[in-house]
Amino acid sequence: MSGGFISRGFFGKRRPPEGMEGRLPPGQYYESGFPVLTVGPTEKIETDAWTLRVDGLVEHAVEWNWNSFQALPRTTYEGDIHCVTKWSKLGTNFSGVSVDELLKLAQPQPEAKYVLATSFGGYTTNVPLADLVDGKAWVADTHEGQPLPREHGGPARLLVPHLYFWKSAKWVTKLTLLAEDEWGFWERNGYHHRGDPWKEQRYTGD
Amino acid sequence: MTDAPSVTGWQIADVVAAWPETPTAKTLRLKLAEPWPFLPGQHVDVRLTAPDGYQAQRSYSIASSPADAHAIEITVQRLEDGEVSPYLCDVLEAGDQLELRGPIGGYFVWRGEGPVLLIGGGSGLVPLMSILRHRRLTAPDVPMRALVSVRTPGDLLYAGELGDDARLLYTRAGPPGWAEPPRRLTPADVADAAYPDGLAFVCGPTGFVDRVADLLLQAGYPAERILTERFGPT
Repeated sequence: MSGGFISRGFFGKRRPPEGMEGRLPPGQYYESGFPVLTVGPTEKIETDAWTLRVDGLVEHAVEWNWNSFQALPRTTYEGDIHCVTKWSKLGTNFSGVSVDELLKLAQPQPEAKYVLATSFGGYTTNVPLADLVDGKAWVADTHEGQPLPREHGGPARLLVPHLYFWKSAKWVTKLTLLAEDEWGFWERNGYHHRGDPWKEQRYTGD
Repeated sequence: MTDAPSVTGWQIADVVAAWPETPTAKTLRLKLAEPWPFLPGQHVDVRLTAPDGYQAQRSYSIASSPADAHAIEITVQRLEDGEVSPYLCDVLEAGDQLELRGPIGGYFVWRGEGPVLLIGGGSGLVPLMSILRHRRLTAPDVPMRALVSVRTPGDLLYAGELGDDARLLYTRAGPPGWAEPPRRLTPADVADAAYPDGLAFVCGPTGFVDRVADLLLQAGYPAERILTERFGPT
């Protein structure tokens, strides 16, 4: 840390709206839009080609197609999201199926401690299993009442809103439960293995 | 694949020079207190602190070559309603200091492989310029060409430095006497510039990058050889 450095002539103008001050993690700024950041081309997945699989250290590997996924119980997340590129979107909502609901069917084995999420197109990200359970994560197909747009990961993306948003893998198709942490795409490319925005865990070693 | 140099802590850099690249973009030449190695394509995080302790961070691509060992350069496109870019463009000048950390990113980096096609839209040229400059300084034998799309001549960064290795396209208006009418990149432009078995680096606004990545797929590039970096406030 730099202790006391002041940027000459800087006063700032993106302070969060009144009443939302406590909702911005360190180093984040308030963004009213929904920026798009993706590695490589934007995937085009039709719902009739869409599948979601939960495998690895589970009692039953389970695979859903779009129709069987739509038949699962649904819940909504109301709150904030934080991107490692510094923007935070406050007061948004997503709905879909909680990861708890998926794991209820797959039944994790006791030694499962980590999850590697894989997307159509091959993107991967790793998340501790504890960060995906107890109502903290979803496979979301709806954003603010509308089908999730393709550029935001539609038809469905992982949603782990308490971690930086690269963990919320767009176009997710597989959750693999593992005993050991296996780093995903950004985690191998300089980004933090867990990514807690409140601890500002942006990069490897933060 | 070699690992890219990883990020170090915050430090104060001296702004040793600053100059406009276009009416709305400025390059800052920064001398680091504790220099680090980096690869072309990596970026830095800049942190501004107000007198009341309020801080703002943003990321900026490095424009200079790692072979330029004495300082790094970042080019900042001024966003009209931005918080940090107007400060960097309008307020900060040579003799000031700037807090930053880097180098960041291990994906959109050039490690010397070839052949390489660079496609930049607007200020998306910045990290590509680091690659172009580094190739000129260290690896002139690596085949490399650039397609650069800008709205008007006034939006073109590094105009005096782009040579035969860069092809320019104007989407709104070209310079006086420019032979082509204004237009966007076409499938034929990308197909003509494509290298079989090459890497492609694409950087620019989201819509531009999406469109170019699709054109590269059509031109036969597999997705894993299309490296993208998307810019833009929304």
